[in-house]
Amino acid sequence: MEYLINLAILFGIYSMLALSLNMLIGMGGLVSLAQAAFYGIGAYATAIGMTSLGFGFFTTIILGIIINAVIAFVVGKILARFQGDYYAIVSAGLSIIVFSILQNWKSVTHGPLGIFGIGKPEIGSYAFYSNTAFLGLVAVFTVALYVLYQWINKSSFGRVLKALREDEKLTQSMGYKTKHYKSVIFVLSAALSGIAGAFFASYIAFIDPSSFQLKEGIFLFTIIIVGGLSSALGSIVGALILISLPEVLRFIGLPYETAAQLQQMIYGAMLLLMMIFKPQGLFGKYRM
Amino acid sequence: MKKVKDILNFNKLQSGMTCDITPPTSYGLDIISVKHLTKQFMGIKAIDDLTVGIPQAMTVGLIGGNGSGKTTLVNILTGMLRPEAGEITVRDKKRTHIKSAELRKYRIARTFQDGRLIEQMSVEDNLLLPVTENDLIDSIKEVSISDYKDRLEKVLEMTSLIPHRKKNAEELSYGLRKLLEVGRVLMQDADIYFFDEPFSGLFPEIVEQVCEIICGLQRQGKTIVIIEHNMSLIRRLCDYIIVLNHGKLLAEGKPEDVLQNKAVQESYLGM
Repeated sequence: MEYLINLAILFGIYSMLALSLNMLIGMGGLVSLAQAAFYGIGAYATAIGMTSLGFGFFTTIILGIIINAVIAFVVGKILARFQGDYYAIVSAGLSIIVFSILQNWKSVTHGPLGIFGIGKPEIGSYAFYSNTAFLGLVAVFTVALYVLYQWINKSSFGRVLKALREDEKLTQSMGYKTKHYKSVIFVLSAALSGIAGAFFASYIAFIDPSSFQLKEGIFLFTIIIVGGLSSALGSIVGALILISLPEVLRFIGLPYETAAQLQQMIYGAMLLLMMIFKPQGLFGKYRM
Repeated sequence: MKKVKDILNFNKLQSGMTCDITPPTSYGLDIISVKHLTKQFMGIKAIDDLTVGIPQAMTVGLIGGNGSGKTTLVNILTGMLRPEAGEITVRDKKRTHIKSAELRKYRIARTFQDGRLIEQMSVEDNLLLPVTENDLIDSIKEVSISDYKDRLEKVLEMTSLIPHRKKNAEELSYGLRKLLEVGRVLMQDADIYFFDEPFSGLFPEIVEQVCEIICGLQRQGKTIVIIEHNMSLIRRLCDYIIVLNHGKLLAEGKPEDVLQNKAVQESYLGM
């Protein structure tokens, strides 16, 4: 049972990440590979905030949101000048820069040694020490993000995002300042992925930069490609499939190294096959 | 919003008839004009020191051969292109260029020669896009389309798109795509409408349907600019004609005068 709860917590965290990324890529058509960087910043805000500054978990969530929002606002101004492949390349550059900072700013992040002893959330005198309680909290935040996604999707703001992902100039001619829309969705997406980072740090209780490399950003991209672009349900299903896959391989009984290699190959094959045969993903409403 | 009903209410037009509007005896002030406008592509002048005006509340036919600069002029006047030189005056406000994001403010709407739609978006959403809230913060709050429902239903009816309302634009036939573009400009309560070859490749019934829509706008006193190669449609719909040739003004005036102009006949009509 504990094993399933552990899996469900990871599924919830990755669902949050997928929802936040799908807002950016699925709705806005902005292919960003920087999500792992914001996920990492959120995680480090919680880790440093709780272990060094003595903040509570929820305070560090807000701290992570603010730091991510500020960074995303500044970077978003630069990214808003780019489209398509260039946007992806510049965002990948951001991911590499953040990873290098996490790796080398040892006085703050402890570099490759990482940060240990990250605490659990507490509300008043109640602490979410048990995995079941922690899962409940993750579920609340995941549902909140799901509702927020659906709200944005239904709003006029979402309609403008979906228009500019296909034809920015035409969308501008309808009276919309599209650069502002691109900046806002980038900031929102970055801020929300920070929440997932906070939960990850608190749950694992130890983080190091290796969890937030560019390949993690590609993994998140794979989740939404498989599940479906521009779909909240697709984000959830994609997370479920890709989080379950290593567990399935484990049950087959393959040696660890073989399973790890096979897993990467399956992720790659999934990405390739989806792009060729179902570019909008399993539940998606948009093809790139 | 209060004008919407008036804009969209007009009587059915019989096939081949004119819009049943008394032709003007004189032309009013220009609602939009350009002075010494120049636009080049790779060193070739698409618009060459052009000075011309669009009279208010008129239906203006913008004609000329391929590459004469018609679409380039409309693209400049709708902010899709930025000219290298010249001045644009919109409602007495002079400027060097128009920003596409300002079109709603200037109450300008347009269609595109190549049928520019948001392909992976429903017909309904394509129609709603130009009218929903364009303030960023308010657009996040706006999740209901009830304010636009009446207008949407009327436009869907006029463009025969009711059965296709939930389909994506990419699923529509060529004719329906043209109607969707026309519907999109109808949704906007604009003062100036640019139609870039709205009849090209359409079946006669759909041509009549689009003519009816344009006549409805004429009756409301809107300023309309139509780029079209079909002279019978130009004669039927337009009060005023502007002829471009190699980016320069060749002739302008009443249709009967311009179409008799020898230079126009030689250079464009091939007579």
